[in-house]
Amino acid sequence: MSDQSDNPHKQSTGPDIETASRLASDREGPAIVSRRWLLLKAGIALNGLVGLALAVPIVRYLLAPVRKDDSYKSWISLGAADSFPVGETRLVSFKNPWTQPWDGETDNVAAYVRKEGASQFTVFAINCAHLGCPVRWFPQSQLFMCPCHGGVYYADGSRASGPPERGLFTYDYKIAGGQLQIDAGQMPSLSNTAKLVNIPTPGQNGSAKDGDCPCRG
Amino acid sequence: MKQTAKQVYDWFERRLQVEGPIKDAVLHKVPRNTASWWYVFGSAAFTLLMLQIVTGILLALVYVPSAAEAWNSLNVLNHQVPLGWFLRAVHGWGSNFMVAVVFIHMAQVFLFGAYKFPRELTWTVGVFLLLMTLGMAFTGQVLRFDQDAYWGLGIGVFILSRVPWMGGGLVHLLLGGPTIAGATLSRFFALHVFVIPGTLLVLVAMHVWMVLKLGINEWPMPGRLVRKSTYTAEYNKLAHEDGIPFVPGAFWKDLIFSGAVLAAVAVCAAVFGPSGPGGQPDPSITQTVPKPDFPFLWIYAVLSYLPPSMETPFILIAPILMIAGLLAVPFVAGEGEKSWHRRPVAVLALTSVAVAWAVFTHLATYTPWSPHMSAWSGDPLPVQYLRDATPLVRQGAVIFQAKQCRNCHSIGGLGGERGPALDAVATRMTLDQIRYKVVTGGGNMPAYGKNLSPPEIEALVSFLETLHPANEQPAIDAAQQATQSNAAPAPASGAGGP
Repeated sequence: MSDQSDNPHKQSTGPDIETASRLASDREGPAIVSRRWLLLKAGIALNGLVGLALAVPIVRYLLAPVRKDDSYKSWISLGAADSFPVGETRLVSFKNPWTQPWDGETDNVAAYVRKEGASQFTVFAINCAHLGCPVRWFPQSQLFMCPCHGGVYYADGSRASGPPERGLFTYDYKIAGGQLQIDAGQMPSLSNTAKLVNIPTPGQNGSAKDGDCPCRG
Repeated sequence: MKQTAKQVYDWFERRLQVEGPIKDAVLHKVPRNTASWWYVFGSAAFTLLMLQIVTGILLALVYVPSAAEAWNSLNVLNHQVPLGWFLRAVHGWGSNFMVAVVFIHMAQVFLFGAYKFPRELTWTVGVFLLLMTLGMAFTGQVLRFDQDAYWGLGIGVFILSRVPWMGGGLVHLLLGGPTIAGATLSRFFALHVFVIPGTLLVLVAMHVWMVLKLGINEWPMPGRLVRKSTYTAEYNKLAHEDGIPFVPGAFWKDLIFSGAVLAAVAVCAAVFGPSGPGGQPDPSITQTVPKPDFPFLWIYAVLSYLPPSMETPFILIAPILMIAGLLAVPFVAGEGEKSWHRRPVAVLALTSVAVAWAVFTHLATYTPWSPHMSAWSGDPLPVQYLRDATPLVRQGAVIFQAKQCRNCHSIGGLGGERGPALDAVATRMTLDQIRYKVVTGGGNMPAYGKNLSPPEIEALVSFLETLHPANEQPAIDAAQQATQSNAAPAPASGAGGP
């Protein structure tokens, strides 16, 4: 700025170098193809190329967690099918199959098991279909209530009231060797389950309308 | 001695050569009237950022960024490391203050028209600084790694999962895997400690550089219009003819305000202490009522008031519109009046946003939309409602409590606020209307028809029918009124219908 001349140190070194470089660039502007400009461009090209070559593994590394839903899931036993009383809904917890030693308590996952018949179950994710908060089961009124934004579901998982657009998510289940098993391993959300379908609600005058495809966690 | 000091100084200056640029920055002239208490928020935000960096590094000496250990290490900080609780509290309150000061700074800049030519880019960078500040607040909340952090992340998952096509992939990227687990905390640690602060510092450098190069915005005067052709000359004239050096002319106010803000952070930290950690991050514990930190309470409120059909469009489009709107401000209104006396739309817009924000934030502090999960078992019925009650009515009161009606409906001021208070429900609805509502639900009420037996419904409705003030009769419909007037024509005529 204006006080360059006030500064003795600046005067002694700065201007010499500046003038010299200005003279050099006047003689050989970028328009003139000289050896040094060609080499500069080669240098840029080399760095660009190496950068690109490095970017490929870096992007692959960053995208490592992005996988097909099914590759994260496996069948997990929730206990003997007989241990669940018919007509009741029970909170169960299981260990996440996709786990690391440093996951700590986060590898516990909970689900609600509703036994409808001798070998008929519905296994609900505890995550509210609105924004994923843990719903609580109230056996007295046969309702699931969400503490976050007030979503409420009936015993069969269909939406009763509040902001959710759909019923609770359910896991696929099977009974193998007397054990109730569910296909789990992924946090249920609107992207990895059956999107905006409703839980089948036989006999319920609720909001079933988009077919009855089971939603998988 | 003095001679030696001068020699040492000169030795360094001969090599660093920073005296000139620093003098330029410190002594550059600013318009006299910008030395105002209104112009102190930017420097206060910078001071708070420095505080956050220092306290953040100090916390990182103890904090363990591992999902298995983070929660424990925070408890060690709170209870075992001497004054660890205070460092956590200063960092937490520093965060609250920084978010608040950044918002106030932005509001002031908007109101003073400081974003207009030639400071458009300063505003644009400022918008990104705001986003980074909020990003720091959110990732910081995650590092607390308690139940609120866990379920707050869950909300993030559910928001991202609504993105068409890429939703699933984005969720995996956010979490570092299929669920909230060790990988999630590691990447939020990287975001909170490296990525966002790095970006923040680069953007702050740009922001401050432009403030130095373009000068501090002059005090807005009604009628002094900004024109791209003449503004720079006008500003330079103002700064040089009626200007004072930035230091000490304007800077002393920045210093005093920053000091006061730091003192306020320290006092809040000492008095209110650190926030959390709450319950341990075990997702199988469903006895939890998650809530976001202060800066995000308004979003929490908005999300609970949206009708279901609006959820996905709103969640995906509104943030983009908001950010685009902020970025567009200097390009839509880059010239013209700066004074708030001549910008009614700007003043109205700012006031509306501020009022809406305050209302939503206030609502989120007591969440009237959420059921009170333990009201049914914790809140007693007022005794006077059951005095002289018949057995059927008493049975109905038991059902009212046991079936969690109380979680959404308050009686005697206690209970949920999701549904209306029922202290005088009988004056608003007839017996049949109450029965119909209980059985079929509707609006925000679940249908209890399948969950209650007919005798239970009858008892419950009988109880609700008694809920009216002593001097007000229960509502009756036309048929009941006709029956009553036939039976006893004289007294019933004055009682009136519903």
